[in-house]
Amino acid sequence: MSAGTQAQPASLADHAAPPSLALGVLVKEAFLTAVVALVLAIPLVGFRIVESNGTSGLTTRFWWVAVGVGAVFVGRLALGLWRRGLPARATGRASWLAPLVRYGPRHARIIAPIGIAAALALPLLPIATRSVVELGIGVLTYIMLGWGLNVVVGLAGLLDLGYVAFYAVGAYSFAILAHDFGLTFWECLPLSGLLAAAAGVLLGFPVLRLRGDYLAIVTLGFGEIIHILLLNWTSLTQGPNGIGDIPHPGLFGLVFERRAPPGFTTFHDFLGIDFNPLHRAIFLYYVALLLALIVNLFTLRLRRLPIGRAWEALREDEIACRALGINPTNVKLSAFGIGAMLGGFAGAFFATRLGFISPESFTFTESATILAIVVLGGMGSQTGVVLAAVLLVLLPELRFFAEFRMLFFGAAMVIIMVWRPQGLLAHREPSLRLHPGRRQP
Amino acid sequence: MSDTLLEVVNLSMQFGGLAAVENLSFTAFDREITAIIGPNGAGKTTVFNCLTGFYRPSGGSMILHRAGRRFALEALPDHRIARVAGVARTFQNIRLFAGMTLLENLVVAQHGELMRASMFSIAGLFGLSPYRRAERAAVAKARYWLERLGLVDRADIVAGALPYGDRRRLEIARAMCTGPALLCLDEPAAGLNPNESAQLNQLLRNIRDEHRTGVLLIEHDMKVVMGISDHVVVLDHGQKIADGTPAAVQADAAVVRAYLGEPEPEEGEL
Repeated sequence: MSAGTQAQPASLADHAAPPSLALGVLVKEAFLTAVVALVLAIPLVGFRIVESNGTSGLTTRFWWVAVGVGAVFVGRLALGLWRRGLPARATGRASWLAPLVRYGPRHARIIAPIGIAAALALPLLPIATRSVVELGIGVLTYIMLGWGLNVVVGLAGLLDLGYVAFYAVGAYSFAILAHDFGLTFWECLPLSGLLAAAAGVLLGFPVLRLRGDYLAIVTLGFGEIIHILLLNWTSLTQGPNGIGDIPHPGLFGLVFERRAPPGFTTFHDFLGIDFNPLHRAIFLYYVALLLALIVNLFTLRLRRLPIGRAWEALREDEIACRALGINPTNVKLSAFGIGAMLGGFAGAFFATRLGFISPESFTFTESATILAIVVLGGMGSQTGVVLAAVLLVLLPELRFFAEFRMLFFGAAMVIIMVWRPQGLLAHREPSLRLHPGRRQP
Repeated sequence: MSDTLLEVVNLSMQFGGLAAVENLSFTAFDREITAIIGPNGAGKTTVFNCLTGFYRPSGGSMILHRAGRRFALEALPDHRIARVAGVARTFQNIRLFAGMTLLENLVVAQHGELMRASMFSIAGLFGLSPYRRAERAAVAKARYWLERLGLVDRADIVAGALPYGDRRRLEIARAMCTGPALLCLDEPAAGLNPNESAQLNQLLRNIRDEHRTGVLLIEHDMKVVMGISDHVVVLDHGQKIADGTPAAVQADAAVVRAYLGEPEPEEGEL
């Protein structure tokens, strides 16, 4: 008993860290980190393939390794010393994202219009070169996909690793309808959504009884099946050659081409300005923004309806749902169908944007990226998806990392998951409140 | 005596070679609290799982009488039992939607009516007035129950943050929000302190008297069982060994034997 009471002050003193002891521990820790860095750096940094006169040789850069390992050692030590200097509370999960988490979702009424205004203004700013606008379109496509998958994974809690299948169904529906039947983008958009939703319900049936890991594996399989189908059903999809000549969307009958097809007027002729491919990019950007906003409004609205609450209830506890008279079959199929429909819209947009699609665009990597956006953003959080999509699309584009960019990309993922394992913005806003004005502690 | 609510006739449930429930027959009446008691492993929860459709019984029939109609529970899937026949249940290990608020928990329980009012989300998407009315009514019903539980102030916190006793009572309120004819409670007093237990008794009496709902209760806490039930069914090894008023059951020799074991002469000598 007395040993116990003595041990406690001792451990408290330990917490305050007698400098000599703690320094030893920190040095040891820094040394171990440096060893890990060494093991990683020798193959990654130490050797370099040099090509000259058509032959390739190997040069070594052990100098770099030494510098890198030294930097890791010193950095780790400095981090440890800095942390020791801080009071205990500050060393916890204090994060630079804290203000975002606190103000982001709660003040969505203010943040959302600012974000939308910024998105609207982007193509009009002087920095808006063709590549910036194209990047913006890419971000918006992923935001759309993220919001779509959020219905299935974030709200209904059904882990779907084959979401790309619905993206592909949407894209190919549009491509085939446009190519073989001459329909325009705006006519095809709802059809693509409906076909993708049908695919979602169809694929939903066999997996009704599965949950968690099992569901993930089967949906992964579906993604592959669609991919293989696209490759081999050549009479419909033209196989690995892909489908080209997909029309771009028009603006009330005006087309964004250098020369108008017979019976059409081009945008630049109509306004009497010179043709500029940037105009088309900007137009596509606004189409993407419009679609994304519609998708967002739609899902936010659904979330506040009984169907949305049933999705979340299903995620929380399926057995309790059944005991309350909720038919889990309908709830799951509606989540699969609506998630797939939103993916189908994004797919149709993807096809019209590039004008060419092939099975190469619909691989598992895409599913993984979309899922990463949802998980990183914080499951079920619409704002989180935006933040994560921006990060995931922009990070690999940071050219100054050169060949190390994927390394930095991975590191960023790891850091985010360590700091905020629940996702960047994991705050859940109740779907309805009894006391709307009151702030909960 | 009130009307018959539930008739269980020769109910059997076998898991492989093990008969968890054998030829069980009993009747529960409208506006009464019927308790099912028995030692651990007697088959009480199995009876509940059969009644609520989580198990498909191996034999026998379960007829629920509601508004002049008869529902054969053994032939209905679980969600239809809850929705159409009006059998609501709670669970031994509480199954609230822990990440959702108290209000949401109670509104989800009214899914059927709200879904119809929202015309499967179409009217809801456009915010048409029939749906808005239905939603207001659902919230009002939820508020009534929250007032009942004294939890109105905490309506917007997540259910997982509630203390244990409140979670138990919220689960009962959630079951009541489905508008049931028969409420099945699986050990509602388990783990409650005497104060919470008294609150629970009050709640159950109110449900019986004011909401005209039959209550079927599995319970180990004899103070609860004897205090509030009108009628007690005792199970042991899957068979009914006694059936009657609390006082009659307490005096029954078979029940005493099941709970305390056979008297053995050696024990007397020690």
